[in-house]
Amino acid sequence: MCGFTLLAQDYFPKNDGVVTKNTNYTAITNVKIYVTPTQVIEKGTLLIKDGKVVASGTTVTIPKNSTIIDATGKSIYPSFIDIYSSFGVEKPKRQGGGRSAQYDASRTGYYWNDHVMPENNAIDKFNYDSKKADELIKAGFGVVNTHIQDGIIRGTGTLVALNNDDGNEVRVLDTRSAQYLSFSKSLTSNQAYPSSIMGSMALLRQMYLDADWYAKGNSKTKDLSLEALNSNKQLVQIFEAGSRANDLRADKVGDAYNIQYVILGGGDEFERIGEIKAMNASMIIPINFPDAYDVENAFLASTLSLGDLRAWNQKPANPKILADNNITFALTTHDLKSPKEFKSNLMKAIKFGLSKDKALEALTIIPAQILGKSNSIGSLKNGAYANFLITSGDIFDEKTTVYENWVQGNKNVLENMNAIDIRGTYDFSLAGETYKMDIKGELDKLKSEVTSDEKTRGSKISYADDWVNIAFTTKDSIQQEFIRIVANVDANKNLNGKAMLPSGTEMTFFAKQSEAKDDAKKGGDDKKEDKNNAEKVSPITYPNKAFGFAELPKQETLLFKNATVWTNEKDGVLNNTDVLIKNGKIAKIGQNLSDSSATVIDATGKHLTAGVIDEHSHIAAASINEGGQNSSAEVTIEDVVDDTDIDIYRNLAGGVTSIQILHGSANPIGGRSAIIKLKWGETANNLIYNNSPKFIKFALGENVKQSNWESYSRFPQTRMGVEQLFIDYFSRAKEYDALKKSGKPYRKDLEMETLAEILNKERFISCHSYVQSEINMLMKVADKFNFNINTFTHILEGYKVADKMKAHGVGGSTFSDWWSYKYEVNDAIPYNAAIMHDAGVTVAINSDDAEMSRRLNQEAAKSVKYGGISEEEAWKFVTLNPAKLLHIDDRVGSIKVGKDADVVLWTDHPLSIYAKAEKTIIEGVTYFDLKRDELMRDAIMREKSDLINEMLKAKNKGLKTQPIKKKEKELLHCDSLEE
Amino acid sequence: MKNLKLLILTLLCTSISLAQQTPASKQTKTIAIMGATAHIGNGDVIPNSVVIFKDGKIVTVADATVIKMDMSDMEIINANGKHVYPGFIVPNSTLGLVEIDAVRATDDDAEIGNFNPHIRSIIAYNAESKVVESMRPNGVLLGQITPRGGRISGTSSIAQFDAWNWEDATVKADDGIHMNWPSSFTRGRWWLGEDPGLKANDKYSEQVNEVTAFFNESKAYADGDKTTTNLPYKACKGLFDGTQKLYIHADDEKGITDAINFAKENKVKSMVIVGGAEAYKVASLLKQNNIPVLLQRVHLRPNAEDDDYDLPYKMAKLLVDKGVLVGLEVSGQMERMNARNLPFYAGTTVAHGLTKEQALQLITSNTAKILGIDDMYGTLENGKNATLFISEGDALDMRTNILTHAFIDGRLISLETHQTELWQRYDNKYKSKQ
Repeated sequence: MCGFTLLAQDYFPKNDGVVTKNTNYTAITNVKIYVTPTQVIEKGTLLIKDGKVVASGTTVTIPKNSTIIDATGKSIYPSFIDIYSSFGVEKPKRQGGGRSAQYDASRTGYYWNDHVMPENNAIDKFNYDSKKADELIKAGFGVVNTHIQDGIIRGTGTLVALNNDDGNEVRVLDTRSAQYLSFSKSLTSNQAYPSSIMGSMALLRQMYLDADWYAKGNSKTKDLSLEALNSNKQLVQIFEAGSRANDLRADKVGDAYNIQYVILGGGDEFERIGEIKAMNASMIIPINFPDAYDVENAFLASTLSLGDLRAWNQKPANPKILADNNITFALTTHDLKSPKEFKSNLMKAIKFGLSKDKALEALTIIPAQILGKSNSIGSLKNGAYANFLITSGDIFDEKTTVYENWVQGNKNVLENMNAIDIRGTYDFSLAGETYKMDIKGELDKLKSEVTSDEKTRGSKISYADDWVNIAFTTKDSIQQEFIRIVANVDANKNLNGKAMLPSGTEMTFFAKQSEAKDDAKKGGDDKKEDKNNAEKVSPITYPNKAFGFAELPKQETLLFKNATVWTNEKDGVLNNTDVLIKNGKIAKIGQNLSDSSATVIDATGKHLTAGVIDEHSHIAAASINEGGQNSSAEVTIEDVVDDTDIDIYRNLAGGVTSIQILHGSANPIGGRSAIIKLKWGETANNLIYNNSPKFIKFALGENVKQSNWESYSRFPQTRMGVEQLFIDYFSRAKEYDALKKSGKPYRKDLEMETLAEILNKERFISCHSYVQSEINMLMKVADKFNFNINTFTHILEGYKVADKMKAHGVGGSTFSDWWSYKYEVNDAIPYNAAIMHDAGVTVAINSDDAEMSRRLNQEAAKSVKYGGISEEEAWKFVTLNPAKLLHIDDRVGSIKVGKDADVVLWTDHPLSIYAKAEKTIIEGVTYFDLKRDELMRDAIMREKSDLINEMLKAKNKGLKTQPIKKKEKELLHCDSLEE
Repeated sequence: MKNLKLLILTLLCTSISLAQQTPASKQTKTIAIMGATAHIGNGDVIPNSVVIFKDGKIVTVADATVIKMDMSDMEIINANGKHVYPGFIVPNSTLGLVEIDAVRATDDDAEIGNFNPHIRSIIAYNAESKVVESMRPNGVLLGQITPRGGRISGTSSIAQFDAWNWEDATVKADDGIHMNWPSSFTRGRWWLGEDPGLKANDKYSEQVNEVTAFFNESKAYADGDKTTTNLPYKACKGLFDGTQKLYIHADDEKGITDAINFAKENKVKSMVIVGGAEAYKVASLLKQNNIPVLLQRVHLRPNAEDDDYDLPYKMAKLLVDKGVLVGLEVSGQMERMNARNLPFYAGTTVAHGLTKEQALQLITSNTAKILGIDDMYGTLENGKNATLFISEGDALDMRTNILTHAFIDGRLISLETHQTELWQRYDNKYKSKQ
């Protein structure tokens, strides 16, 4: 480093010498200057003083008190900015946990949730890390924006110049550069809530509401977190989302409170770029592209999914695709093991099509602009910090050398800019022998080859600061003796010095370069060839994995001829009947139908039914339980619908068209449901029903009492407590609602809002329930608060209180034959559905299981065996009845003119064990087709084989590989807890 | 619908008791089932059959339109339009070892320790389990009661499902030893901050070596003077003299291949692959070595994201087509209560390629052969035990798997259960209100 401090604080005393003030200028002349990526000066001068740019251009007047650096032929770029870093801020350590979960906050005077810490400031923990700074400087960075990477609200960040020569008084550019957020809990607290992403989202929403309430002076108590949050409000808000799906989730939270987050993505944004673009957010994009898997072991390789293989192949194209879609983004070293990997990954992105202009913007003006610092960093405009790189040429060319990285006017030498390139061929003679020496290799890692009498001698070379040291073996190959040379390089690249023979004799040495090696040019040609060899990127499918669609299937006009039609209506089962589907609806049912625009499907011998509806599913969700509190009415599964879940496709193959994704049963008051159609390939938002009926999951019994695992600290621990919990919440919700309706000021509470919807009959409860006592209890609680329970789900002892259920008007959605897996299902019987049905209760058979859901037709058929339900009624248990329970029977659940064309064509009687779904259609779009499925299988096999082949090639080329890990998807049930 | 219910009600015991069903007493009178479609269990069907059994053994299985005999001493069951099947057999089951999954006190299926061939399942078998009795109304009448856990879990026995106690229940004691082959993958220890996903098991060879060493020691022990007893080594004797089978639970292609080689090298006389999720990939090897497979539960999700959606449904077909002897097993989540769905697992394989009679073999004759009880069970053939049932219709389909009679060793067993009793009690409660 070469530092000459320019900006000492002038009111500081000085005791180690005289006060020195440097008012000189530095001028770098004859260089190509990238003032910005688009404003380029050929052969200009850059004039700097006091760590800032004074002027640039071709006609700059150089003051007399200037140091002039002639850098003819070199290029100057603004140094890079890393906008997302934890530089100089130590990550907090994880707290040891107790035996029981912690539900309350550990602090007082702050927000009720420990993971909300807007009062944290990175500057308070900041320790300039010069070792790390060196790594970043070497990677081309001049400024980093750092923060405490811990918690959901992480407080303010610090913008710091990588200036190793001055102190924090100079290099700290902003102590409140941005506020940071994430979905991840702090390591410093064991407070259980939130235990899921949907919980984090709900917490953020409630926090914004509370901050507003606090800002208006409504709070009677002190809250330092909310005060800090309010004072950080005007800062840039940077959100660590970390994946395509979470990008959208973060954006959705922000939008509701008029906050546009800057979003740290995950590198998979390309998978649904349209949605990402629609966020209209500035993004920060990591470039930690995955290494190829080591696929030499065929057994292991066979466990890789097409999605894993594609990630390697497609992810490097992410920056290009973002740029092509005009999405504003900065690049970051975040998620890289070391800044050393930055350049090679960046070069890869460029190889995959990212333009060099965009790359430079993403590292300079974009991050500056995001931080509102365009005037001081990211460019070499007058007045900006003198943060720049001096290079041998195009900074994004592999062969280019970065010589120097100046930060705030302080020079950091990476490569000696004035070093003479001594590569070439030399001739010399020593003690009567003539030698030929080739010097080659990388400038900082030269290699030598010394020959004499056409024999190659073993040799070593080192070169620095115009001095070269060479050692080579003598002719005697047995003795292993060396001739050593030390020589100075002159301007003509001749080597002048002395040689030391094994005898100790010294003699003068002179070698003349006979031929210069134009390595750069030759190398460049090779590379060009490589570049023309454009990277082959696998096509993106929706979703981007096996069985995804390259192009989404379209709505069709379909005419089924001669089918056995299960109408679920008064007409019952119609033989030899035609059904016309048009504009996504059932258009006609009858004999001898025709429609010139329709694709005709011969359904002779086949059965056409309404699509199967699963009242209780946990597929297609990124999280299921928010168990961090005994009530989580504020969370919604709609926030975490996962449109990539392969179980969507598998359910379609079982004839399922609609499902309710229920929250789990971790707590008595669970979260809100998502009711979706299984439109495989569509975005999560498009899966959710339009004007969806509102539902919430409640739960009773062993799970909410936490009976079957070691947990003793959360109320309730008994069924007695469960009742009181409901009465407590509903009493408070009633009071809340009354206050709200009175027009008086009230603190908006998302949990109470949801419960008030139940009291106002706008939201329906589907309650996980087993034994008769608790079923009876909940109906009585509902009666007390003047509303009805909509559905008891599981309801395995429903048969014991079927008459009471009928009187209350609640439906039962049950398992066909599950029992004996815990104590509360000891009296569960497979005749439950039949008894409830016979008592007049609306009965559905549900799955709660991604395996069973794909053959709910079989589960319905068990009601014929157990209890003698008629086939027509049994079929309604998995179609019309769940539609009724979900309040969607006006749209789906039967084959009726005007209803949504959600139908299944079965190869056989739909209740038969021998039936397969041949086509599953939602709103006239064929989302599953047996024949198309066969074709996809072949295509998947081929593509996987191709990609594995490419990975083998990559390994053979010497590229890094990673060991294979087998991905598995957790099968989510009611009891699934995430932590 | 009502008639059907009444019929079933009358067929079942009329008195409601809270205890378990009383085991049936010995067959005293010769019984002839007339007119049913007989599914022999070996692939054959006799549409209008006569099935006669005496003293617990089948004496006649014939075409009723052909055969003529004096039936005056026999109890005749008219089964016109009905179907008669050999009792279904559920192998690799923990029935009777656990009553309620979540209640640890009822859980007796896995012992601690790694090499437990001396651990015997049958002595913990609860003959009065409510779960076991719920098998019978679905035609599942026999099971291989199998311990879990460790590298060598222990020794299984085969039981019939209508017994006073485990001794009564036993039809073949200590039929085989169950070993869990080392997995090719291990799970990251998430509590140590590792990725919880699966990665290649770098201890695989070490674990295989442990198994090999254990077998070598057991063989050496068998040849020695045995003055000092070593229970685990002693328990392995049957594997080498051919009196016991080695059931190797293995799922992946490589594991199965290694297991086959291991058994050959160690002179194991008779081995069976249990689970066999990827057995279809090595079907030819299995066939070549005459190694049967007790195939994993049919109603499963595919293991890998890219797998065909119907892979678990069609696995049996893939193996049967290659000539491998296949039986269906049911282990996994909620395996005990789900064991009564065994016929429907078989039924599902029909939708995915097998014939109905082939599917039936997967839960009758094939399983009996694999377990080594085919001299007594698995088909409706002369000389075999009269363990069979009559169903209103196709017993592989839920709608028609409705039993009217079931016999174990000729004894007419109760088809009532804890569940049917509750059904009747509450059905009557509402009916009497009306």
